[in-house]
Amino acid sequence: MSKLQTLSEAIEKNVFDGDHVYAAGFTHLIPFAAGHEIIRQGRRNLTLSRATPDLIYDQMVAAGSAKKVIFSYMGNPGVGSLRYVRSEIEAGRLEWEEYSHFSMISRLQAGATGLPFMPMNPTAAGDLEKVNPNYRKVIDPYTKGEVVVVPPLKPDVAIVHVQRADAEGNAQIWGIIGEQKEAAFAAERVILTAEEIVDEAIIRSDPNRTIIPGFIVDAVCHVPYCAHPSYTQGYYDRDNAFYLAWDEISKTPQAVKDYLDEWVFGVADRAEYWQKLGDEVHNRLKVASRPSATVDYGYY
Amino acid sequence: MNDITYTSSELLTINAARLLRDGDVVFVGVGLPNLACNLARRTHAPNLVMIYEAGVIGAQPARLPLSIGDPTLVSGALSVCSMYDIFAFYLQRGNVDVGFLGGAQIDRFGNINATTIGDYYHPKVRLPGSGGSMEIAAWANRCYIITPHQKRRFPEKVDFRTSAGFLGGRAEREAAHLRGAGPLAVVTNLGIMEPDENGELILTALHPGATVEQARENTGWELKVASNLKTTSPLTTEELNILRNDLDPDGIYLKGGE
Repeated sequence: MSKLQTLSEAIEKNVFDGDHVYAAGFTHLIPFAAGHEIIRQGRRNLTLSRATPDLIYDQMVAAGSAKKVIFSYMGNPGVGSLRYVRSEIEAGRLEWEEYSHFSMISRLQAGATGLPFMPMNPTAAGDLEKVNPNYRKVIDPYTKGEVVVVPPLKPDVAIVHVQRADAEGNAQIWGIIGEQKEAAFAAERVILTAEEIVDEAIIRSDPNRTIIPGFIVDAVCHVPYCAHPSYTQGYYDRDNAFYLAWDEISKTPQAVKDYLDEWVFGVADRAEYWQKLGDEVHNRLKVASRPSATVDYGYY
Repeated sequence: MNDITYTSSELLTINAARLLRDGDVVFVGVGLPNLACNLARRTHAPNLVMIYEAGVIGAQPARLPLSIGDPTLVSGALSVCSMYDIFAFYLQRGNVDVGFLGGAQIDRFGNINATTIGDYYHPKVRLPGSGGSMEIAAWANRCYIITPHQKRRFPEKVDFRTSAGFLGGRAEREAAHLRGAGPLAVVTNLGIMEPDENGELILTALHPGATVEQARENTGWELKVASNLKTTSPLTTEELNILRNDLDPDGIYLKGGE
């Protein structure tokens, strides 16, 4: 059954005020187009979780979409501070809940596998465990030693961008696979965006590469360049210049507002956004081909 | 040789590279640690294995990555896995030899603060937070910290203990049964600090031209000096040429400092 629809429809039907949203992707495949669509549709009071909030949540927080962020590294990756989220936290205007990377990902792992908690070896650092009551300690029944546990993370909706998927949502990713699979399985609903929609036969030609099965997916959207200024391995490069530029833009609320007015509210969808970026950006982000050797699954 | 000029970033990077051993599996961070690893790979440690918290193992970056999840880390790598796998199978399991760490504050016992300056709930400065630092500090076999030598960065005690050094002293870390040996060296632009038998960071080496007085003035605790204080070897033109011509030709990371 085809679940193909526009991103606008998918957000309208699956993201509601007050929802807990996980837009997946560790640096790679961050679904910026979906973040922008959520902003355009005026969602409010969202809880936004991601290991690295990245610019997508900086923009959503700036647009007033969120009441809370859950994260493990709140920086502009490779650049420095994530200025908007940081200033909102410093001003006491935004709730937050934080983890280390491993405990954040362990929460997703528990959510994705239906477990009541995930255990981790102790790190002895202590202070994060003091300020976040979701960290608990239990006694290992086998060795009687202490393990640290975290509860499952269960977003209402996960948004996952992939290189290719079929109309049902069977999805394939290559490159950094971060926590897309875990986010999809942990969430109640899954919105999938894809650079390419392909025939089911293409998916079936390489089943090891499928990390999300269509039957857990609610909506499939064909959104080329969805990840910009993040990237899609093999399709286009990360726009590092924009990540550096955002460091300047996010220094003043007015510049952020102007950015949102022009690049989010000022365009109808991702296609228009990409067009507006222009040839210089398109050319700068082109990547040369480097295909893998093919594998042979054999006829049986 | 004596007339070579260099920036403090170059000094930090080259001295960090020298701490790596051939065959080490290194959990690499962006910036100077990435440069240090690539330099070591090009000089004395050709079999260094670089792994990244984004889930990349055996990266051979063809260009300087701005972020820890750059696509250049993936193309040509040995393996790519999920974030859960990199932290569980690699770091927690004990398959990482070296971790590089940084932070806004490092205290007398090598504990790191990367979370907040001031009160946690009403932060004066909200920093990015742990990322992978909490686990790297606990579970990598050896940790190295690279940071400029400034008094505000080296307080007696950190405002927030994001990552474990020797906690309140070596005995306390040993009692916690962490698998890693903790911070074995702090490389600064003045010299190198290493933990003594109590886990307290003491000055064990100075870079050429730096003085004990400078190190003491820029440290927030009563800095002890090792009885056999060494001087680090001068930077070589080979090391500087690789860094400047091949690894960071645009000076993105190396232009910092004088």
